[in-house]
Amino acid sequence: MGLKAPPSPFSFQSAGGVSLDPKTLLQNFINGLSLGSLYALIAIGYTMVYGILRLINFAHGDIFMMAVYFALFFVTLAQLPWYLAAILAVACAALLGFTVDRIAYKPIRNAPRISALITAIGVSFFLESLAVVVFSGIPRSFRTIFPQSLNEMIIIGGEMEVKYGREVIVGGIRFPVISLITLIVAAIALVFLWWFIFKTKVGMAMRAVSLDIQTTSLMGVNVDRVIGMTFALGSALAGIGGILWAIRYPQVWPYMGFIPGMKAFVAAVFGGIGSVPGAVLGGLILGITEVMMVGIMPGAAGYRDAFAFFILIIVLSIKPSGLLGRPEIVKV
Amino acid sequence: MKKRTKMILTLIALPSIALLLFLSQELLNSYYSRIITLIGIYGIMAVSLTLVNGISGVFSLGHAGFIAVGAYTSALLTLSPEQKEMTFLIEKLVWPLNSIQIPFFWATIIAGLVAAVFAFLIGWPSLRLTGDYFAIATLGFSEIIRIFALNLNSITNGALGLKALPDHTNVWWAWGWLLVTVATVLSLAYSSFGRALRAIREDRVAAQAMGINVFKHQLTAFVLGGFFAGISGSLYGHWLSTIDPRTNTFGILLTFNVLIMIVLGGLGSITGAIIGGALFAFLSEWLRFLEGPMNILGFKIMGISGMRMLVFSGLFVIIMIFWPRGLMGRSEFSWDGLVSVFKRRYKR
Repeated sequence: MGLKAPPSPFSFQSAGGVSLDPKTLLQNFINGLSLGSLYALIAIGYTMVYGILRLINFAHGDIFMMAVYFALFFVTLAQLPWYLAAILAVACAALLGFTVDRIAYKPIRNAPRISALITAIGVSFFLESLAVVVFSGIPRSFRTIFPQSLNEMIIIGGEMEVKYGREVIVGGIRFPVISLITLIVAAIALVFLWWFIFKTKVGMAMRAVSLDIQTTSLMGVNVDRVIGMTFALGSALAGIGGILWAIRYPQVWPYMGFIPGMKAFVAAVFGGIGSVPGAVLGGLILGITEVMMVGIMPGAAGYRDAFAFFILIIVLSIKPSGLLGRPEIVKV
Repeated sequence: MKKRTKMILTLIALPSIALLLFLSQELLNSYYSRIITLIGIYGIMAVSLTLVNGISGVFSLGHAGFIAVGAYTSALLTLSPEQKEMTFLIEKLVWPLNSIQIPFFWATIIAGLVAAVFAFLIGWPSLRLTGDYFAIATLGFSEIIRIFALNLNSITNGALGLKALPDHTNVWWAWGWLLVTVATVLSLAYSSFGRALRAIREDRVAAQAMGINVFKHQLTAFVLGGFFAGISGSLYGHWLSTIDPRTNTFGILLTFNVLIMIVLGGLGSITGAIIGGALFAFLSEWLRFLEGPMNILGFKIMGISGMRMLVFSGLFVIIMIFWPRGLMGRSEFSWDGLVSVFKRRYKR
């Protein structure tokens, strides 16, 4: 029951609802970092596929959604423990990504780029409608599936005070446990990805395919298998991102993948599409700016989803190749 | 065939279509006449998207945004002031809009013009991009439009949407506007302007080297596409009689539906777009049985909702993989073509 600290000279509350308290900024920063690492996990799948096939894999956001449903049903129907369900769901997402490539994208490898894009849109809607038919379109709750402790708050450095007759902690930095766990899981996944791409033979083949498909196939690399592996890897990362997302925002429904998928795509373009470090950087920046914007201007929270698209359009019109991408040269 | 014969045939065909529409109004019940109206509306949506995606060689995914702009604009103009007073519960409608009511025809024209202005504002920055980047940018803009519609309470009534729109849209408005759309797009597509557009579609850099102003041509096509999308939005809003920004009625799902129509009909064919629109309207009604309770071999099966969308998206992917030309490819209906089809039948 300490005394309330005098207002810090660095914090002020303006009349327009704009808050710039350093503690709030710091906790927004942590939440933004964790949201951004989710965007980064999803964006890697977009950027890897684009780097190899020059294809915007629209279905990526729906694989994200499918992974969440898989995890949900492994826990509720198959009665598996939550960690096993999460691992199995990620594996199923990888398999789904591989299958989508084999069935829908492989037959049109040599078609014009725009028909590949149209097919990808079709696949995306197919997966969404499949989810509506199989899992029903009614939103489900993810809340009881994973341990409740994940949604508890971590509070660093606050003071106790009596408010409404109860002792509550005022001030300090507070953020949910899941934010921290998301950061750790994303970091582990990124280290694994780095090891996979730069230290394994398949990773080397992936890098070779993204430089030149034809030459790589002449060198005796099974290009279709490498592309399939790329889809599987990207989908697995999206699956991890999906499950962490669903713990954070526990409403599961068939169209939940669209907005996160689009935002992750924006992150990939922002960082320079085709570049994996770019996708991570773009994801983190997008996540932090988005949370910061809503934190500083709570009145603009409704426009939160539009914000990412604004960034996309600004990036595309100023520097379409993004932060770390190479510009594309058009030849006749 | 002589040019004069063709013209006479066309002059016979148009009144016969009108007569058929009149008979359908007289003989069929209101359920069918609503579907026939919907075919006209879908036709306008598909033809206007064909002008952009099929002929001018850019790929827009923002059609639903323009349709939504058209629907909102005309609805705000045709609703009576008393109704607006009742509908706008969160915030009052802003001043000039809350006290005016104009006839449906003028509301539709203004809806088209406003959508065209939006198309200009969106096309200006986006058309510096090509290919899939343009597609994503337009998709982004159409989502922005939807998000603003969801949040601008004093203009769009926010998440509550607009309700009880007067049911002005009938067969004559829908098919009349379809005729205007097709006539405009056809005359444009087969002028030097249309040939320039097709040159850009085939090879952008080569067309630029030949002295075609790519940006200006594509922007004109995009704005015109936006205009007719706005018209179709006005008709669609008054056909549905509600506008709801929350569900995907005016979101990406609508763009996808129009995309199904033009891919089914053949990307790049105006005739194909109309056929695709008609097939889509017809199939989505006919396939309703999939979502109702069924009786298969004595087993009673509860209907599964969402089944139609699954059929459509599956069909869409299959068409794209195995049959990317669609029904018409890039060819158009012509009397010569019709005659040659009959001749081939006759010889056999």
